[in-house]
Amino acid sequence: MSHKKIKTISDPKLKLEILSKQDVQKIHEATLHIIENVGVRFPSKRALQIWEDVGADVNPEKRIVKVKPHLIEDALKQAPPAYILGARDPQQNLSLDGNHVNLGTDGCGVEIIDIHTGVKRTTELQDVRDIARIADATEEVAFHWVPVSAQDTPVEARGLHEIKAVWENSTKHVQSESIYNADEAKASMEMAIILAGSKEELRKRPVLSLMQCTAPPLGHDGGSLDAALIAAEHGVPTGFMTMTACMTTGPATMAGTLAVGNAEVIAATALLQLAYPGAPVFYAAAQTASDPRTGVYTGGGPEDFLFGAATNILSDFYNIPLSMGSFATGAKEPNWQAGLEGSLSTFMASVVMSDMLLGCGFLHGSRIWSYAEMMMDCEIFSIIEKMMHGIEVNEETLALDAVAAVGPGGHYLAQKHTIKHMRELFLPQFLDRRPYSKWEETGEDAREWAVQKARKILKEHKPDLLDEKISKEFDRIIKSVEKK
Amino acid sequence: MSEEIEKLYKDMAQSIIDGDSDISVDLAKKSIEMNIPPLDAITKGFVIGVNYIGDQFGAGEAFLPELVMAGEAMKAAVAVLEPELLKLGEARETMGRVILATVEGDIHEIGKTLVGTMLSASGFEVTDMGVDQPADKIIGKALEIDANLIGLSALLTTTMVRQRELIEELDKENLRPRIKVMVGGAPITRDWATKIKADGTSEDAVGAVQLAKQLVGKA
Repeated sequence: MSHKKIKTISDPKLKLEILSKQDVQKIHEATLHIIENVGVRFPSKRALQIWEDVGADVNPEKRIVKVKPHLIEDALKQAPPAYILGARDPQQNLSLDGNHVNLGTDGCGVEIIDIHTGVKRTTELQDVRDIARIADATEEVAFHWVPVSAQDTPVEARGLHEIKAVWENSTKHVQSESIYNADEAKASMEMAIILAGSKEELRKRPVLSLMQCTAPPLGHDGGSLDAALIAAEHGVPTGFMTMTACMTTGPATMAGTLAVGNAEVIAATALLQLAYPGAPVFYAAAQTASDPRTGVYTGGGPEDFLFGAATNILSDFYNIPLSMGSFATGAKEPNWQAGLEGSLSTFMASVVMSDMLLGCGFLHGSRIWSYAEMMMDCEIFSIIEKMMHGIEVNEETLALDAVAAVGPGGHYLAQKHTIKHMRELFLPQFLDRRPYSKWEETGEDAREWAVQKARKILKEHKPDLLDEKISKEFDRIIKSVEKK
Repeated sequence: MSEEIEKLYKDMAQSIIDGDSDISVDLAKKSIEMNIPPLDAITKGFVIGVNYIGDQFGAGEAFLPELVMAGEAMKAAVAVLEPELLKLGEARETMGRVILATVEGDIHEIGKTLVGTMLSASGFEVTDMGVDQPADKIIGKALEIDANLIGLSALLTTTMVRQRELIEELDKENLRPRIKVMVGGAPITRDWATKIKADGTSEDAVGAVQLAKQLVGKA
């Protein structure tokens, strides 16, 4: 029996004001100034043609485009504010409507802590299958990213092997961040059409979405642009993710980095709307601060947490859903740092109701997959989900009858009110609440329990199978790309 | 040594520490006017500043942007002095000649650029070919300038295979170990470097300089 329930955050009671209306307006104006005067690089023939056709200032040699503010603003107005992400099992469709925070797995790592041996090694296609299967059974995970790179498959079709592997092992929505050229994008659309049943069905219930990374500062990858345009043409949700980093790929100041990243994202989003008005798009971001001493990517720290909350204010301003990087950590193993960075980044991105969170499972700046980390990240998400409900205050929850029955002294353990409400209290899976002596005896902790849970799921969980005919069709499509 | 010259050397070092290219260029020009041997201007003046900021960086006192600015100021000063060196038939002693490039199909360059700055600041002669560079072009350039070392960057899991292709090509043409290869980029691991028979990899720019020194036998 597979678990079909998905835990998402909705109807929040907590609020945070991180940017005032004036702040957002200033960032927006700075962004438009950047796009109009500094420009954004679009190294794709197709993209440059689209800009040319609408009268933007295109420098074909440098492939830099400068665009008047009204063109960007008008184009963005075409974007739908809400839509669904389709799942192979329609019960698991996800709403991107501003009232749901959906957690995904993170991606795309190159190494993994082996679930059985505990030894770090290079990732393979089987890892994509295994992680997908565990994510399928885990109610906190609402959708998939391709978690790790299938490095034992041919590079020209790797992105296709990966989405096939996820679809075969899970009924949840698949978002790929690893399809970034036209050939693979076209083939992935063919696969998605087969899975959805028809082109029209795919538009109604997009079982696939694509996420493209920008190339900061103020640039894009040509392959990514072409892939995004192909997705937009098919009504497949597409987002551009900026990972601008203070001090290296962005200004040292946070507001400046927000504006630079915003320019990358909204210029490319506008491009998609100019080409395919009304195409479902989302904003994606995982800004960070470089380490001031060494310049390295940090994937964690207070700036990340602030970016995590600020970006949804921007995507709300543009009235499109957001996919926000969270749970990123520079920790090398599931430890204090991982817990700290995972909790604060996810809390900050959740409290503002980011539509998608990316995501659980990684160590060392999204490079090393850890099943223990994945499971513990899910618990953090559950804790935050609980917190987001806030505190309900009414006659029943004030419990005056129970208070009177117990009186001064005594206890509440034998009260009907207690029995009625005790299951509303959070029950952790991995927080250690045992007596000290128990801990001393076993030496085990959350990390061990978490990996044991992952092992158990992997052994026992049977996801709904994908029709073999569809798998065969997928193979045919993948082969056709490999042959080139 | 006259006080005036001594002061000039000090100012040269300071211009590097301050990362001020305008001043370092002015001082380089001034040294030419004063008939100071260009090699002296470099080794007794500017290099002292580079070494100081390098030590500060190593000690965690200086931040990366200070190191980068110092590297730029050094590069600008050396560019002024190099024609003078050529006229004299002299050459600045370098740690080695390095080619840097991001592999074909990959446009990411910040890590590579950073490594280039650090290598230049450490006395290597760096030719940065930029991004999206095919293997044959890189090898051609390496032969043209008689490079000791090629540094290859890749950010994508699908482009890192190009690193292997270049190494295989070098082997086929029997150009190794004459030309050493170091690889880098976010997805690059030690296992990968070993697997593709690269001469080494480093996770950051500081480590890349150490590695480069080792590979040219000057560690």
